Amino acid sequence: MRASRKSISAQREMRVTSANSHAPLLSVERLSVFYDQFRAVDAIDLTVGAGEIVSIIGANGAGKSSLLKAIIGQADRIEGTIRYDGEDLAGRTTPEIVAKGIALVPEGRRLFPSLSVEENLHIGWEVGRRQGLGLSEVFDFFPVLKERRRQKARELSGGQQQMVAFGRALLADPKLLLCDEISLGLAPVIVDSLYQLIPAIKQRGIGILIVEQDITRSLAVADRFYCLLEGKVTLAGRPGETSRDVVMQHYFGL
Amino acid sequence: MAGALANQIIQGILLGGLYALFAVGLSLSVGVMRFVNIAHGDLIVLVSFLLLSLTTKLGVPLVLATVIVLPVTFAGGYLLQRLLLQRVLGQSVLSIVLVTFGLSVIVQNALQGTYGADTRLIPGGAIVTATIHLGGGINIGVLPLVIFMSAVALVFALDLVLYRTRLGARIRAVSDNVASANLVGLKSAHIYAVAMGIVGVTMGISAAFMSVWTNFDPTSGPSRLLVAFEAVVLGGLGSLWGTLAGGIIVGVAQSIGAQFDAGWQLLAGHLVFLAVFLIRPQGLFPK
Repeated sequence: MRASRKSISAQREMRVTSANSHAPLLSVERLSVFYDQFRAVDAIDLTVGAGEIVSIIGANGAGKSSLLKAIIGQADRIEGTIRYDGEDLAGRTTPEIVAKGIALVPEGRRLFPSLSVEENLHIGWEVGRRQGLGLSEVFDFFPVLKERRRQKARELSGGQQQMVAFGRALLADPKLLLCDEISLGLAPVIVDSLYQLIPAIKQRGIGILIVEQDITRSLAVADRFYCLLEGKVTLAGRPGETSRDVVMQHYFGL
Repeated sequence: MAGALANQIIQGILLGGLYALFAVGLSLSVGVMRFVNIAHGDLIVLVSFLLLSLTTKLGVPLVLATVIVLPVTFAGGYLLQRLLLQRVLGQSVLSIVLVTFGLSVIVQNALQGTYGADTRLIPGGAIVTATIHLGGGINIGVLPLVIFMSAVALVFALDLVLYRTRLGARIRAVSDNVASANLVGLKSAHIYAVAMGIVGVTMGISAAFMSVWTNFDPTSGPSRLLVAFEAVVLGGLGSLWGTLAGGIIVGVAQSIGAQFDAGWQLLAGHLVFLAVFLIRPQGLFPK
């Protein structure tokens, strides 16, 4: 967060000129995720490019959150490969994965309730790549958090807490941002304001993987989508090229 | 009579400083890391014996010996947490109690095997007998005063580290929710091990003072643990300043109790603890 503007722009140039820029940022190949004997995700393939927004839609228990857990290194047991930025993530711990630039906005926000807003946000910077986006830019995104920076996270409203969770993930300066059910339990007007930020994040060249039960909202913002049912990909494509009826059929497995 | 009472209260406050020194590390592990370390007192006694060896066998001055021992106690705390306690943390509350109880038994017996059962005291030199006369029958020992001021300084420093630094924020984050900490990429096992290393440093400091002021033997640990527990619970879990206050309350109660009858000293401390605990089970300054 102490990086100067100069180094930020230098870093962006490096991203553009990086040799494997044509390869997807994240590529998941035949990934299965297990909880004991239960197979929550069943041999799925998926890619996310830099600056691309990809939505995962699916009903409760379709395996969406398990997929994100596997990417961030919190799944009990996986099969298949997760390649990120040209590297196999097998055997990597969550702190290592986050430090390489994958940040998660977890379901249910998962803030540290007794810590102040600022402390919560700063933890995001500490665990991340420790460069790029700073606290002041997060406060530009969410001005209300600046006023409440000294308050404890537990004293905030649900929407404000979600802003902190979002800001915490952004401060890690991710190349890949994972968003798990960010609209859950929030007023529609708040969800709108959160989703309005997604294009600005994409502009920074960040790849975004959105897991969401709210199909309309998640398809509206996505470049591509995957529909998950019982751990398998049943449909994949671009929102504009697939009719809503077809999506609904695959969502419910009709 | 009033002068004598005032004197007893002052002696009690100073004694409370020593109790707070024992208790502040326990306050961190119980209040912040949320586990009960039954071996807390025994580990302090273990460090006292280490200091005894350094000073009497090798002739190292006590202050220098303490400086040597503090990095060792930090490393000891770190490794104890990382290699042993972390394995049972997060399981049932009983597991960690059993593990630290076992550790307590091992430490006591190892000390008895190595040093024998004799009561020890490290000679502290002139400071032990030095006294400030305030008149009106009130005398303050220099050593108890130094111990009390050290306790205040230690509580101040720990409170600063825990509530005003990034390290402190990380420790509190893991304390809030280990699963969330892991999910966002905090190295929770390492962070807790550092916290236990800090507890180790407090053990080293309290061991140094205890070993010149009071007698100790290999079985002294549990009685110290009991007083430390009372200070922590009286003060309120998670509050380091509360622990200092708790230590002082127990110290004053013991000191006034001893005024009536020597046998009342310990009992008075326990009775006051019990009374406050019944009225305010959450402690005086809970976080």
